[in-house]
Amino acid sequence: MDQLINYTLHLADNSLVLGHRNSEWTGYGPVLEQDIAISNIALDLIGQSRNFYQYAARLINQSTNQSVTEDTLAYLRDANQFKNCLLSEQPNGDWAKTILRLFFFSAYQYFLYRQLQNSTDGTLGAIAEKSLKEVTYHLRWSSEWVIRLGDGTEESHRRILAAIDALWMYTDEIFEAADYELAAANKGYGVDVSSLKDDWQKKVSNIFEQATLPFPPANKPGVRWFGKEGKHSEHLGYILAEMQFLQRAYPDSQW
Amino acid sequence: MSKTQWPLWEIFIRSKQGLDHKHAGSLHAADPQMAIENARDVYTRRMEGVSIWVVESKHIHASSPEEAASLYEPANDKAYRHPTFYDLPDELTHM
Amino acid sequence: MDSCDEQKIFLDKIEEEIKIEPKDWMPEQYRKTLIRQIAQHAHSEIVGMLPEANWITRAPSLRRKVTLIAKVQDEAGHGLYLYSAAETLNITRDEMIAQLHAGKAKYSSIFNYPSLTWADMGAIGWLVDGAAIMNQVPLCRCSYGPYARAMIRICKEESFHQRQGFEILLTLARGTDAQRAMAQDAINRWWWPSVMMFGPNDDASPHTKQSMDWKIKRFSNDELRQKFVDVCAEQVKILGLTIPDEKLQWNEQRKHYDFGEINWEEFWNVVNGNGPCNKQRLEARIKAHKEGQWVVQAASAYAEKRKARTQKAVA
Repeated sequence: MDQLINYTLHLADNSLVLGHRNSEWTGYGPVLEQDIAISNIALDLIGQSRNFYQYAARLINQSTNQSVTEDTLAYLRDANQFKNCLLSEQPNGDWAKTILRLFFFSAYQYFLYRQLQNSTDGTLGAIAEKSLKEVTYHLRWSSEWVIRLGDGTEESHRRILAAIDALWMYTDEIFEAADYELAAANKGYGVDVSSLKDDWQKKVSNIFEQATLPFPPANKPGVRWFGKEGKHSEHLGYILAEMQFLQRAYPDSQW
Repeated sequence: MSKTQWPLWEIFIRSKQGLDHKHAGSLHAADPQMAIENARDVYTRRMEGVSIWVVESKHIHASSPEEAASLYEPANDKAYRHPTFYDLPDELTHM
Repeated sequence: MDSCDEQKIFLDKIEEEIKIEPKDWMPEQYRKTLIRQIAQHAHSEIVGMLPEANWITRAPSLRRKVTLIAKVQDEAGHGLYLYSAAETLNITRDEMIAQLHAGKAKYSSIFNYPSLTWADMGAIGWLVDGAAIMNQVPLCRCSYGPYARAMIRICKEESFHQRQGFEILLTLARGTDAQRAMAQDAINRWWWPSVMMFGPNDDASPHTKQSMDWKIKRFSNDELRQKFVDVCAEQVKILGLTIPDEKLQWNEQRKHYDFGEINWEEFWNVVNGNGPCNKQRLEARIKAHKEGQWVVQAASAYAEKRKARTQKAVA
């Protein structure tokens, strides 16, 4: 049960943190239509996280006699309890960095949910099926933007190269299974993430080619740092400080 | 294309149960794919099963108001085309 | 057809509530007034995103988070509908935005006030959106077709905005003492600026008569303001909170609420650029626009390249 809860929280945290990051653009987008587009994507992601958090809350309450809610999980856990990948918490940077982060993540979520909808756990399967429709669109939208920026102007090409340089190192973690992911895959309710890597790389390679971007990017092997196990970058602390402030400053209140 | 502004597109939406595409408004986009995606985000609120047409505004040709008289008048004297011409009993509903 | 006939046809249409459409003849002043009014309205939606976007990352629950993002996003959409409507009058969105950034076009002054607490999200929804709705519903019957149609679309979507704001305040009012105080404080700060949203008194409003003759404006400033005060004076009772106006009192003879005098010095000060957030708001918009230029250029360049490739392939 613990592993199922951990797995569900990991899925929830991924979507929440990425959704939160994307929502930072609302009101500040480069063009009105794109402001609306990225806000929609943020809404989809946060919506996904709510489904996962609500499920995790039910599981926790059933097994431990507590009464936690989606908000308890999102607002009252500290950074070391969050299980999102490092990629999702990276700062927005410019439009190129935001697009690339979304592209890498959506491609992963696409292949993940495509398999997860066959989960032996009915709830996870249902959430995955609904989420798949959304991330299919996110993947298409972000792919097109990667191509526009890669094959646009000299400046946009330069910027997306810089984005690749900043973000590529975080993509390995996605395909390395945490304990709870191994357990999930073994029991049939989760997905073996390492099995997704091939499809993911093919997709990235395909889009990068159309975008006139080099593939694979130069990969500097780094020290293994695992957001999935609660070991995050310095960014998550600030994200949570902002996100959780009201709940922490005014405990035991209804909002 | 101006480097500082994307062209204007007119958007036509046919709802799931609808019969025709209706003009919904306009927006700026760099290419047709973007125009359709923007239309989906802005004018359909992501409803499924809708059909979206996008046309660059410059490609729309419209009749001019002065022509209105000649284009439309001939039908006015064909009274049998209007429902009020037919005298039907009050009890008849839904027609 | 000479311009006398055109003028007559135009005025007849106005009289008979037939919409004026983009290719119709219209007096130059009508066109100019519409551009000014629609653009101002559009700018207000866009700048209006900022005080609320300010609290997205701090929204205190997941449900509040998504509804706030959706609300702010709606405002972007409304700005877009309005820019589109104005563009039918032979002005481009870029030109309108340039006017805004140069300080040549106005936007609703209410957004020059800061959003300081979560309760401000409630006060803005209840009061600011409430005032906006009062202005907007009559505009659905405005004489210019594209503007009227944009307003119908906007009003349809507006309904959840005000309810959301009121619900936020209600939740706070029923909460802890600290939350109640937060809600009352927000109302205290947003009440008068909201009342000011209806503009100068009728006798100090030069544009009003012409706009009403052309059915661009359907009710006067004072009429709408009175309606707003009457409605809010009742609604605040449900919150169990107060409106910061000692003179607010039901007048049995007039059948309306009497209310205090607006601080016109503050009103004109904020309109003229000296409000708490004027510079900050405009700077934020200018920055977003500037930093968005390379993105616009990249997409344009890519579209050109693709077109060239397709043409080459066909040739």
